[in-house]
Amino acid sequence: MSIVLAGVRKAFGEKVVLDGLDLEILDGETMAVIGASGSGKSVMLKTIVRLIVPEAGQVTVDGLEVGGLTQEQMYELRRHVGYVFQFAALFDSMTVFDNVAMGLRRTRTMSEAQINDRVLESLRLVEMNGYEDRLPSQISGGQRKRVGLARAIATRPKYLLYDEPTSGLDPVTTAVIDELIQRMARELNVTSIVVTHDMRSAYRIADRIAMLWAGRIRVVGTPDEIRASSDPVVKGFIEGRPDLVQEAA
Amino acid sequence: MTTRTGGQAPRATSKLAFMRAGLEAPVAALGRGAIGFASGFGRFGAFAAAVGRAVPSVDVWGRLLVLQMARLGVASLPIALFIAGFTGIVLALQASYTFTGAVPLYFVGTLVGKTMILELGPVLTGLALAGRVGANIAAEIGTMRVTEQIDALETLAYDPVAYLVVPRILAGVLMFPVVVAFADALGVVGGWATSINLLDLSTAEFIRGLRLFFRTFDVQYSLIKAASFGLAVTSIGCFFGYSTKGGAEAVGWATTQAVVVASMLILVLDAFWAIALL
Repeated sequence: MSIVLAGVRKAFGEKVVLDGLDLEILDGETMAVIGASGSGKSVMLKTIVRLIVPEAGQVTVDGLEVGGLTQEQMYELRRHVGYVFQFAALFDSMTVFDNVAMGLRRTRTMSEAQINDRVLESLRLVEMNGYEDRLPSQISGGQRKRVGLARAIATRPKYLLYDEPTSGLDPVTTAVIDELIQRMARELNVTSIVVTHDMRSAYRIADRIAMLWAGRIRVVGTPDEIRASSDPVVKGFIEGRPDLVQEAA
Repeated sequence: MTTRTGGQAPRATSKLAFMRAGLEAPVAALGRGAIGFASGFGRFGAFAAAVGRAVPSVDVWGRLLVLQMARLGVASLPIALFIAGFTGIVLALQASYTFTGAVPLYFVGTLVGKTMILELGPVLTGLALAGRVGANIAAEIGTMRVTEQIDALETLAYDPVAYLVVPRILAGVLMFPVVVAFADALGVVGGWATSINLLDLSTAEFIRGLRLFFRTFDVQYSLIKAASFGLAVTSIGCFFGYSTKGGAEAVGWATTQAVVVASMLILVLDAFWAIALL
């Protein structure tokens, strides 16, 4: 098991967001985590890289329990995990090139020429070559997401975590991002977790789909199994029928 | 009798309840304020400890220090010099107005020099930079916080405190004294230019007055104050920016708080140094 969440609990004040969540992500697979807005999908993703610390439970990445790591050990682990943020989170004072180079410069194992080559290669993979000198404010939302993906893959991580990679994008750009996620999994052989509420994307990219509901994983299965699920919550969510979800709640 | 006693008891009870209701709200507000103040202190203490832990990461902040020194210090020179120049002019004119007939006019040089170096140079520059630098830092770091750029730094294995906070605080401590030194000098020059052009005073007389009570310690005092103001303005700006939660409104609140708290702290530090060193 490459990433394991066991009994993870997180609350913000009175609101319990994760309530004993259990999930296992296998080596090399792409797992889509679906769920309603505000159901805790992003919180779950952030606990994996300790951007959010859970009150209870264990998160294990590569056999390492992240809650027990020192700050230095955590930074070392993060070098193997690429994180694609919902709104890209590009550094707005830096060019596209410098954004992608940030993680590489931190490793201090590569020369500036090697960094240059890796940045250009990463931008080529996401079809953003030629935009190196632009600022984030000078490119579109979809392009920013692609640069965010290039930044995440530049260090050639073993794991890629995507937080709503297609939210707010038009259907064509969504399909392009989905194709990129599949390519990353195929060509870089990474283990991926994709948090999304876009069912078409989830079916397209995922080996397995998990549904987060009321702070726990309601169901895990292949796209076909999820499509055929008779669980009213799952059915209500994927068919966009609030009546079914309300009945089950 | 029984009837009267029975009638007074409920009136007394209702008066007590009324008083209690009237006191409850302000006491609760006072309690909430005290808790908020104490928790703010606690959070600032934790932040200061994180800054202390990040200082050894020279590989992260080292190359950013010069950039921040230019942004916080060199770019602040025009506003600081503008304020100091005009303050020097006004000081000379007000001194001459006050001294008329009673005190020799060369004391204008004394008053301009002493007041600029000991007080107005560092304090007015500090207050101006609390607005310019403190607001800039809080808004920039606050925006980075709410747009997840600080989280992005973490995922790229950077310590955000070492990357964002340490170079700004060090730049403030190093550059505020430089800016204040220029401001002190220009304030005196402004006073001198006013004295020889608008007052009946020669350069020699102005310098005589300037040197009359001058001590090297005056400059040290001015620069020590400036360094402490630099520490206050940058650390408060970083703290409020780093602690921002929410969206644009929260960034606005953090920016305002940074300026208000830093300005108050400058005045408190000003009094502290006067008590401690004079």
